[in-house]
Amino acid sequence: MGWLKSGGTGGQVMRFSGLRVLKEGLTGNKGWSPHWRDPEPKAEYDVIIIGGGGHGLATAFYLASQHGITNVAVLEKGYLGGGNVGRNTTIVRANYGLPGNSEFYSHSLKLWEGLEQELNYNVMHSQRGVINLFNSDGSRDAAARRGNAVIGQGDDAVLMGNADVRKMLPYLDFDQTRFPIYGGLYQPRGGTARHDAVAWGFARGADQRGVDLIQQCEVTGIDIVDGVVKGVQTTRGAIRAKKVGIVAAGRSSQVAAMAGMRLPVESHVLQAFVTEGVKPVIDHVITYEAGHFYISQSDKGGLVFGGSLDLYSSYASRGNLPMAEHVIESAVTLMPSIAKAKVLRSWGGIMDMSSDGSPIIDKTHIDGLYINCGWCYGGFKATPASGNTFAHLMATGNPHTAAVRHRMDRFSTGVGLMDEEATGSQHNLH
Amino acid sequence: MRLPCPICGERDIREFYYQGAAVALDRPDPEASADAWQDYVYLRDNRPGPLREMWHHDSGCSAWLVVTRNTLTHEVLGAELAIDVKGARA
Repeated sequence: MGWLKSGGTGGQVMRFSGLRVLKEGLTGNKGWSPHWRDPEPKAEYDVIIIGGGGHGLATAFYLASQHGITNVAVLEKGYLGGGNVGRNTTIVRANYGLPGNSEFYSHSLKLWEGLEQELNYNVMHSQRGVINLFNSDGSRDAAARRGNAVIGQGDDAVLMGNADVRKMLPYLDFDQTRFPIYGGLYQPRGGTARHDAVAWGFARGADQRGVDLIQQCEVTGIDIVDGVVKGVQTTRGAIRAKKVGIVAAGRSSQVAAMAGMRLPVESHVLQAFVTEGVKPVIDHVITYEAGHFYISQSDKGGLVFGGSLDLYSSYASRGNLPMAEHVIESAVTLMPSIAKAKVLRSWGGIMDMSSDGSPIIDKTHIDGLYINCGWCYGGFKATPASGNTFAHLMATGNPHTAAVRHRMDRFSTGVGLMDEEATGSQHNLH
Repeated sequence: MRLPCPICGERDIREFYYQGAAVALDRPDPEASADAWQDYVYLRDNRPGPLREMWHHDSGCSAWLVVTRNTLTHEVLGAELAIDVKGARA
């Protein structure tokens, strides 16, 4: 394996295969080794990524695998994948309607489709199909328009009427009068992936190529001299770097403040829920616009679902009862049989809400300092493309073609705002 | 979470609409620079901890409140009528 030499990990690279799983299963699973090293930080790197979540790890992976930049450190204040990549509803789709988002998520879905081979890691990507139900003539028209945009982008979308949906999802309540199901916009290539495994797969892939993944290392300052980034201060000492990328999700504003920047971002809490395991019932991802509700079933049998933000600023990683009630009301309205399932647990993530609801992947006014933030509640499906395009930007200095519109200055010029929900580019409306 | 409305007393947050950080108290002059307006409309400090924010008691007395709330714990530290806060500054 040629890349092992350049990576210089010095360790033996463990490869997964069906044969290997069988062999280990028969011999007590004693042959597995740690997926990544636990290195001490070096004094200097070519690139430092602040944030060891899905997007940060993906950035490091693509820097190494596509650009040959392996002298890279990912600095994580907690543990790898301990933020939003470990606490989402695992949905993967590319059914956005606006230019900017459309090509970006299209790029991401294509990366998802090759990800397991590329990483040699089972991220349990399951293209079980995503269906967005609509409940009025107006929302049908909007779904048709968005479906056409998705098809125009080269991805798949099928507009289904009530009868088609009844056939596909017979367990929903079609006869209700409050939010009748008119039909759905179906994307067969959409689906889910095992969220933690995505972080672990990118971490392992980056580590094998020589990237240092440094946990329990909180960045406390960003060193800038004459408008040029020189490195970072951390709880494990100062580390110099030629380039620094901020990929800190809900904590983006705090990290950016270390460089004297204010972001068009508010951090909000989004809750999600999972029931006890039940027999297989939902074999797609279903979204229900009436209550802004989405649900799928995990491979363990748990019904995984969520809804809107709690809609107030929060860093608490937990929400309150009103939104929990609202989400569960939506669930029961859509699918009365769910009322008997017991909720096993709920959790909250800290969402970096940009004011137009779309992300930022851009340079900053400081030379060598880059930022990737504003993922709102849609960051999981973006993980591969976020890392891929951010790595491209950091390596080449130019935006990737799939992310040219993710500019930060759209908030000052007003040009190119990506308000996918058409609610207006204003905080508290997304 | 419950908010202490100065008019109605402590009420459930279901009765309130959230606007966000209390930047509206410092609205720029209409003739202010584009930077000042960008700052006002889009940019936020977004620090964890105590935050002054605007809540509208829309299912209650309809008053706009300036609530101080800890975003790390959801602890509500106090609430004032926005009209009083604005009046005190005038």
